[in-house]
Amino acid sequence: MKRFILILTLLAAPVWAVQPDEMLDDPELEARARDLSAGLRCLVCRNESIDESNADLARDLRLAVRERLVAGDSDDEVISYLVDRYGEYVLLKPRTDGSNLILWLAGPLMLLAGLGIGAATLRRRSTAPAPEALSAEEEARLQDLLKSDRGV
Amino acid sequence: MIVELGHFALILALLMAVVQTVFPLIGAAKGWRPFMAAAEPAAVSQFGCLLIAFGALTWAFVASDFSLQIVTANSHTAKPMIYKISGVWGNHEGSMLLWCLILALYGALAVWFGGNLSETLKARVLGVQGSIGIAFLSFLIFTSNPFTRLAVPPMNGQDLNPLLQDPGLAFHPPFLYLGYVGLSMAFSFAVAALIEGRVDAAWGRWVRPWTLAAWLFLTVGIALGSWWAYYELGWGGFWFWDPVENASFMPWLISAALLHSAIVVEKRESLKSWTILLAILAFGFSLIGAFIVRSGVLTSVHAFANDPERGVYLLAITAVFMGGALTIYAARSSALEAKGVFATVSRESALVANNILLVVSAMVVFVGTVWPLVAEMAFGRKLSVGAPFFDAAFTPFMVALAALLPIGAILPWKRGRLDRAMGQLWGVLALSVALGGLTWVVQTGGSMLAPMAAVLCAWLVFGAAAELWTRAGRVRSEKLRRLSRLPRADWGKAVAHGGFGITIFGVGALTAWQVEDIRVAQVGETFSVAGYDITLVEVHEEEGPNYLSTVAEMKVTRNGRTVAVLEPEKRLYPVARMPTTEAAIDNGVLRDIYLVIGDPQEGGGWAVRTYIKPFANWIWAGAIIMAIGGVLSLTDRRYRVAAGAARQTRKTVPAE
Repeated sequence: MKRFILILTLLAAPVWAVQPDEMLDDPELEARARDLSAGLRCLVCRNESIDESNADLARDLRLAVRERLVAGDSDDEVISYLVDRYGEYVLLKPRTDGSNLILWLAGPLMLLAGLGIGAATLRRRSTAPAPEALSAEEEARLQDLLKSDRGV
Repeated sequence: MIVELGHFALILALLMAVVQTVFPLIGAAKGWRPFMAAAEPAAVSQFGCLLIAFGALTWAFVASDFSLQIVTANSHTAKPMIYKISGVWGNHEGSMLLWCLILALYGALAVWFGGNLSETLKARVLGVQGSIGIAFLSFLIFTSNPFTRLAVPPMNGQDLNPLLQDPGLAFHPPFLYLGYVGLSMAFSFAVAALIEGRVDAAWGRWVRPWTLAAWLFLTVGIALGSWWAYYELGWGGFWFWDPVENASFMPWLISAALLHSAIVVEKRESLKSWTILLAILAFGFSLIGAFIVRSGVLTSVHAFANDPERGVYLLAITAVFMGGALTIYAARSSALEAKGVFATVSRESALVANNILLVVSAMVVFVGTVWPLVAEMAFGRKLSVGAPFFDAAFTPFMVALAALLPIGAILPWKRGRLDRAMGQLWGVLALSVALGGLTWVVQTGGSMLAPMAAVLCAWLVFGAAAELWTRAGRVRSEKLRRLSRLPRADWGKAVAHGGFGITIFGVGALTAWQVEDIRVAQVGETFSVAGYDITLVEVHEEEGPNYLSTVAEMKVTRNGRTVAVLEPEKRLYPVARMPTTEAAIDNGVLRDIYLVIGDPQEGGGWAVRTYIKPFANWIWAGAIIMAIGGVLSLTDRRYRVAAGAARQTRKTVPAE
């Protein structure tokens, strides 16, 4: 037991994601704060939102978000408040402007391209005659294989 | 001594890989039979050597031989035995050795089960497989040798990362690697076929089981990882769209596409060139995944020992294999002539649609994963791409896939009619929509997420059932008998598609309906969350084998009846100086109760988190059902008969 306490004091106690003392009394504001934090990156972490992160900085950011909300900011104002200070790196959902359009439009454009290629292939495929490519020996072997497959 | 033997065996394995590559490829090109024949013993002995090396490393971990650098860095005498063993692959060097071992295992399996292949194709397949072995074994030996010794061994080790000391994570990497590396087999077959200049139904029949095996191992591996994240990370997330998760997800999507297009090659001798390209891409994404995980180029929660030199080497491996294979593809793919003709409405077209959706969705994941890198290098923007992007950009593809799936699965080959296919599915569609409406009523309006998921789930599950029912013929009295006689591949298909539906519903319901409660609870206090009354009975300390633990006893009741007594823990691993949360979960078919104990508070009491997670287990149950579908399909008579026939013909046919 003594060892246990000693080690506890040696290690900084872990701070977990959203703490009870951080939460706002107004459930509506708190819900908005949670929604916003899920989309904000903890800057010192590896790919975690401030809502999930245990880092001290994430706690500071969570408190900052709540402070702005209590001060009456809209969601957009809170986000631009943070982006002004930390850059767009803080956003887990990248903005849809400028070069990011490539990112956002990549999916729909690739789908269109895929459908186009697919449709062209289908049109060709439904008309093209099938040439025979196997030699007689290979054909015999294939038939042999297929037969043994069905037979047993 | 044993460690030295392992080290020696590892170097020998590299030499065997060189033999396995050089001789068969030259032999196949020149028609020299003895050269081609070298492939088989080389592949088997490479596997044997790696088995010895892996055994030696495992022994070093079990015996806590701290003269080995990686044992010191990843083990401790007090660590439980199972984690001493899983510690072998819980680090960069050991996991690369496991990777190489599995690579050689697939080579040896191709020898043991490949009696049916033509001599030159088999030599080429093994040759290409050997060249992958050379690349990874030299990477292992020259940049990350697991047998590196320490001049002065310490008294004890630094322990394995506590997060990895978990049964779920002990088996997560071996399954993932069986999947990743299994795709090398499809790659070797594709490149060998390109060199050979021919792809036919027999080729499709060979590639499909390998891809199926790789895909089902990936499915299990990803599900294990996701399940582990769910119970270990302390708040019940199951998927984070982290770069390393994406690295495993992209090969899964591509191999699912490959699995389906190989069917078209096998049954209809169409889509050959496309299937070859997919086989190359699938393994390409495995290689890219290895690069992402081990180079540290993208920041991820999965902290692997990152090293720029290793990153460059892995990038070079990826570039050489992809560049080489795609060059051969460009030169030779025109030689692959499609034979099967099919109409616009047909099973073939449906599978083309499946391929487009799966491949484009994989590309979306890829673009999202590398975008932070591209944006910084090309546009000077430092930005993040996280879960909100992937949720928005990826989900529509899965919805479209699920919506089309039952129709495509029921269409006949070659030429079909939509009205006839839908004729068999109207009932299913009506039932699905009704269930979705019911879901919407039960949740009393609100978000459409869960009702949509319910519609898709019912559509997939009942659609698969309807397909089996149709396949069993028209005579009502004969149906049951004929159902039981359907090929296992048909059952496998239906089961896997149903599993996909179940996973979709799990994800949708959990996301939409999760209830969360965060509060300070005094010992003895009772609070209620979503109809459950939860009491913090007491909190005490315990000592585990290599950790110290704060254990809370919490009682969950509903309407006065005890539902469960749960003991969430907060552990501290003194050697690794790291705390972990051990959530306590009451698993149920309809909901999980998920409790986490936090820190003691200044004013007394403990921070407590309670989550009610509806249908959480459906996510992994669906994945396991998909994998079972894969196993059913893999044990289809066709493959077993083919293997048996191979053994017979080998005996009777004289050497030409």
